Amino acid sequence: MTTLAERPDVERTGQGNRSGRRRSDRTTVYLLLLPSLLPVLVLSVFPLLRGIYLGFTDARAGRNVEVSFTGLANYRELLGDSLFWSSFRIGLLWAFAVTVLQFLLALGLALLLDQRLRFRGVARVLAVVPWAMPPVVVGILWRLVYHPDAGLLNEFLHRIGADGLRTTWLGDFNTALPAVIIVGVWAGMPQTTVVLLAALQGVPRELHEAAAMDGAGAWQRFRNVTLPSLMPVIVAITSLDFIWNFNSFGLVYVLTAGGPGGRTMLPMLFAYEEAFRYGNYGYAAALGNVMVVIVVALLAVYLRRRLREAN
Amino acid sequence: MARNNTAARRRTRVGRGLQYLALSAYLVFLAFPLVWLLSTSFKPPRELVRLHPTLIPESPTLANFVQAFTEQELGRAAWNSIQVSLASALLTVLIATPASYALARFRTRLGTVALGWVLLSQLFPFVLLIIPIFLVLRQAGLANTHAGLVLIYVVWALPFALWMLQGFVRNIPRELEEAASVDGANRLQTLRRVIFPLLTPGLVATALFAFISAWNEFFFALVLIKTPELATLPVALARFVGIEGTARLGPLAAGSLLATLPSLVFFAVMQRRLASGSLAGAVKG
Repeated sequence: MTTLAERPDVERTGQGNRSGRRRSDRTTVYLLLLPSLLPVLVLSVFPLLRGIYLGFTDARAGRNVEVSFTGLANYRELLGDSLFWSSFRIGLLWAFAVTVLQFLLALGLALLLDQRLRFRGVARVLAVVPWAMPPVVVGILWRLVYHPDAGLLNEFLHRIGADGLRTTWLGDFNTALPAVIIVGVWAGMPQTTVVLLAALQGVPRELHEAAAMDGAGAWQRFRNVTLPSLMPVIVAITSLDFIWNFNSFGLVYVLTAGGPGGRTMLPMLFAYEEAFRYGNYGYAAALGNVMVVIVVALLAVYLRRRLREAN
Repeated sequence: MARNNTAARRRTRVGRGLQYLALSAYLVFLAFPLVWLLSTSFKPPRELVRLHPTLIPESPTLANFVQAFTEQELGRAAWNSIQVSLASALLTVLIATPASYALARFRTRLGTVALGWVLLSQLFPFVLLIIPIFLVLRQAGLANTHAGLVLIYVVWALPFALWMLQGFVRNIPRELEEAASVDGANRLQTLRRVIFPLLTPGLVATALFAFISAWNEFFFALVLIKTPELATLPVALARFVGIEGTARLGPLAAGSLLATLPSLVFFAVMQRRLASGSLAGAVKG
């Protein structure tokens, strides 16, 4: 290893190749990491800590407003805020429904795409397209589909003679949340499909063949071979999906902006309104803190159960 | 025996049929909204206000595209988005490359902490970040500027970019570096001649990822940019939705379609670049 220092012609930048190589290595590592760490510290770590702190203050919008520490006052207020509870319930319903449907549909599609079927090329491309679309565009796209007059869905219902089912999908109290959930599934399914498909292709063929030799049917092979080897990936992707869904904003903002009558008011939308419409920074940050705690708690339960099953 | 075989074959044929049925259901679900967007963007206003719209426009027109970019100034927003996204992609790669090399090749506690933070940061809702970030940027005089937005996008893309890139570095066999140093190359030369060429697919992928996340991002742009002239495309489109009447759907669809183009092109390029597999045959035996 030290031979490289012996050749002066290539030794232009070489400092400390022979002596103190370890120390120079460490300096190099820090120098290499610094450009990444600095912006992360300034624009991610620091704001995050400050954001958490803001949740315990009465900070409001405006330039020279005095901010004072109020302890748990925000949280007491949240407990009594019926709008918060309803948005919280909607958020959990949305995150669970979208994550579960996303996963089941994506698993089905990934299994199909793993087979030698015709049109799987088309399906693979289509599976990626929604992923490449900006959430705002996905929102607009589905507004066009759900549009009461010029929409695809109502026209389809008319064509099959089900005019009675036509409705203003995003404006109706009963259909708004399910309609929005379907969009969430559509938008997030591709990513999950791609991840699961990649994992499927990593399942050793020999295991399948061996199981088939032992007389295992398709379902048994799926249950006993495919599923166990997919499990780590499934746990990872469903956890991430759940976090992303619980924290999602743009899609629903464009689709309904929380309406009608708050029926699709996800926690993030509620927090956004509190912070940027009413200027209640502290209250919005407190809501953010509550969301983090809940997500962490739910994930901890989920991951622990999965880990125990794995052992 | 023979009867068993035909029964089994019939069963697999039925299975195949069901698989095709399921696949077509997926295709309809995934494709129809896209087809409808396409169809709407080519419809003239009088077809859009019709009570029973058709899937295929009767007299297709490009007027919506023209209108989207002249009247509503989505064109300017698109240009803003291009600038911001390109700057974010370049800066992300520039910053992430050295760090990902360090993370992949050296064992440091700092590296572990950094990666831990990377994963942890996924947990937090933006609303916790946005208020303090706004205050920091205002102090730096970067609130309501593209530079401020770029900085946030870089920081936002860094976690995944680092994660991805260090994986690419790890895939480059250490032996190649050692061989180069045995041949008398110093570290810088090794980096330039051996690592970088092999890392190109990874760099491209990282840049694409950063570009697309900046291009698609909505929340920070909505909150941080107050001047309408500085708005990015998603924000401009979302405003457009607010003033929509049935007749305005055409330009809205056209603008949305154009907003999707760059990501689609980038995805297509990325797939080809990643598949080229420049690593194949680099190490043998």
